[in-house]
Amino acid sequence: MTTATASHDDHGHHGPAKGIMRWVLTTNHKDIGSMYLWFSFAMLLTGGVMALIVRAELFQPGMQLIRPEFYNQMTTMHGLIMVFGAIMPAFVGLANWMVPLMIGAPDMALPRMNNWSFWILPFAFGMLLFTLFTEAGAPNFGWTFYAPLSTTYAPSSVTYFIFGVHMMGISSIMGAINIIVTILNLRAPGMTLMKMPLFVWTWFITAYLLVAVMPVLAGVVTMMLMDIHYGTAFFDAAGGGDPVLFQHVFWFFGHPEVYIMILPAFGIVSQIIPTFARKPLFGYASMVYATSSIAFLSFIVWAHHMFTVGLPLQTELFFMYATMLIAIPTGVKVFNWVSTMFRGSMTFETPMLFAIAFVVLFTIGGFSGLMLSIAPADFQYHDTYFVVAHFHYVLVPGALFGIIAGVYYWLPKWTGHYYNENLGKFHFWMSFIGVNITFFPMHFIGLAGMPRRIPDYALQFADFNAIATVGAFIFGFSQLIFLFLLIKTIRGGEKATDRVWEGAEGLEWTIPSPAPYHTFAEPPHVK
Amino acid sequence: MNSNSSKPDDLSGSKPKNTALKLVLAAVAMFGFGFALVPLYDVFCELTGINGKTAGPVERVEQWVDTSRTITVQFITTNNAGMPWEFEALQEEIEMHPGAWTQVEFWALNPTANDMVGQAVPSVSPSEAAEYVQKTECFCFDQQTLKAGEGRKMPLIFSLDPELPAHVKKVTMSYTLFDAGAFAK
Repeated sequence: MTTATASHDDHGHHGPAKGIMRWVLTTNHKDIGSMYLWFSFAMLLTGGVMALIVRAELFQPGMQLIRPEFYNQMTTMHGLIMVFGAIMPAFVGLANWMVPLMIGAPDMALPRMNNWSFWILPFAFGMLLFTLFTEAGAPNFGWTFYAPLSTTYAPSSVTYFIFGVHMMGISSIMGAINIIVTILNLRAPGMTLMKMPLFVWTWFITAYLLVAVMPVLAGVVTMMLMDIHYGTAFFDAAGGGDPVLFQHVFWFFGHPEVYIMILPAFGIVSQIIPTFARKPLFGYASMVYATSSIAFLSFIVWAHHMFTVGLPLQTELFFMYATMLIAIPTGVKVFNWVSTMFRGSMTFETPMLFAIAFVVLFTIGGFSGLMLSIAPADFQYHDTYFVVAHFHYVLVPGALFGIIAGVYYWLPKWTGHYYNENLGKFHFWMSFIGVNITFFPMHFIGLAGMPRRIPDYALQFADFNAIATVGAFIFGFSQLIFLFLLIKTIRGGEKATDRVWEGAEGLEWTIPSPAPYHTFAEPPHVK
Repeated sequence: MNSNSSKPDDLSGSKPKNTALKLVLAAVAMFGFGFALVPLYDVFCELTGINGKTAGPVERVEQWVDTSRTITVQFITTNNAGMPWEFEALQEEIEMHPGAWTQVEFWALNPTANDMVGQAVPSVSPSEAAEYVQKTECFCFDQQTLKAGEGRKMPLIFSLDPELPAHVKKVTMSYTLFDAGAFAK
């Protein structure tokens, strides 16, 4: 008994175990957070290579490099990997690292489940990626996998895709449950809900969205599975089903999903801008209410993805106005960020540069979204490169820049070293220029009528496509600067102070840098 | 236990477990809700008539015939991809008064060397007219089985509700024929 007690007491003091089993068996939120982040970075590069293959083919009209069938597989896999493999796990990784530190909790509330929810992911994506090497090829029906393209006409690899989606869905749901339970139960004394940092708030709301809609995604792929293998006819009109039903159920998941991919980025930016403007966040409460409003509205706008399927007039009007309504809480957020910066003592370290770029470029993406929400105009924009430009503006300089900003912001706390500021700024400017060269011309070719998901195009779109391809390669290779910087910072660099940034506020800056393996074993008191 | 303590061994307390359990149940309920959307979708379409879907067989009732206006009804047939049958409406369009019962004929022929089962799926345009279409008999209510080389006339008996909005002057009834061999009853 004595030995058992002694070893238990020791537990809080010793560091991480050694070797590979540390990572396989770990229940430490920092280890799991790091694994999520590295996994998503690997997926970012994988999905990025696929994007570059697509852009290389589109450099000139005509078919140059790859076959159309392979092109379809590349666009599909690029979308799936970036959405489910890069953006979502990166946010979960940041939540794992930062939510306990920001609310003064010793760890996540359900540490074993945390381990499990991470380790499902490599297998899910392993299964998805290996279909590339099968005879049937990878899924080729677009990341939105509309039936009957993904059922009647799907390659046989669709079954692996379905199980892959099931697994990543289970992982996301478990991650979300863990975050909610942690936030509800493990806040330090005095940390009331309305004192929580905004990153915690936005993740709290995002986690509820995940619990609500990931099961619906699991449902829709299960219906596909049954249609393909068990003779049901959910989406087959010959048996009494309806292919449009697929789109309704999919987008009932899909629209909240796009907010799942942006709300945590809103939170990150709301942490960074006050730090480098050296002013408290303008309109904290309105930020919380705006985030909640966006989350609520996300459930009643899904059919704006389906304006052209033949919806009746009243339905089009409802979804058009409901969609436009989202611009109001989003506008509140943008004005709050700008007001926070207004007359602040601003400095422009790399996290702040990415955060400001986020505000500007995400707003551009928001405006093109507002254009798309106009139902009569959408008939022109639908399925063109204008849509591609829109969602890449909100996802790349939106969600991805938010993640990168967060990594730069918290990296000194994680590693104990400042990163090289010049290298960080170089990464920022290359990314900023690359991203705009890539995606801005897509607005023009989209408005001129170039359809998405087609490997060839008419001659008049050639110049802008060539420009976009050059930008894509600049942007893609710039991320290697980021990889180099990360490794360099982990290995060494100027010693970071505990506070790290002059204007930083919050519990995560009260612990030493680098953050010890166990933190807040005694909960801090929040005044 | 000291209520202030929040040591790691508190993590297995019952409160977090309850929260987690509720959230798991919520996730399971949402999985069920995804499937509930399927009947809800049909109910919603039927209630509002917004999918251009028409209701199943109705009782034939002799109703008031609005002779003051004449509606043009067009019939369109389409074969879904890969459906080899000949399929056509024997009259392209008719003129009728709302409330009057009318019979029209469609023709289907299976030119293949195999027995086949077909299913026609109806749609009405403009979709707001769908709820005013009353059918007592339609080949689209059931699967149609045709032996190799067999052809058949198929009837449709219907009327338009006299309540049909005044601005609707023309109604298009479209039938798409699917190979329903996989779903043969």
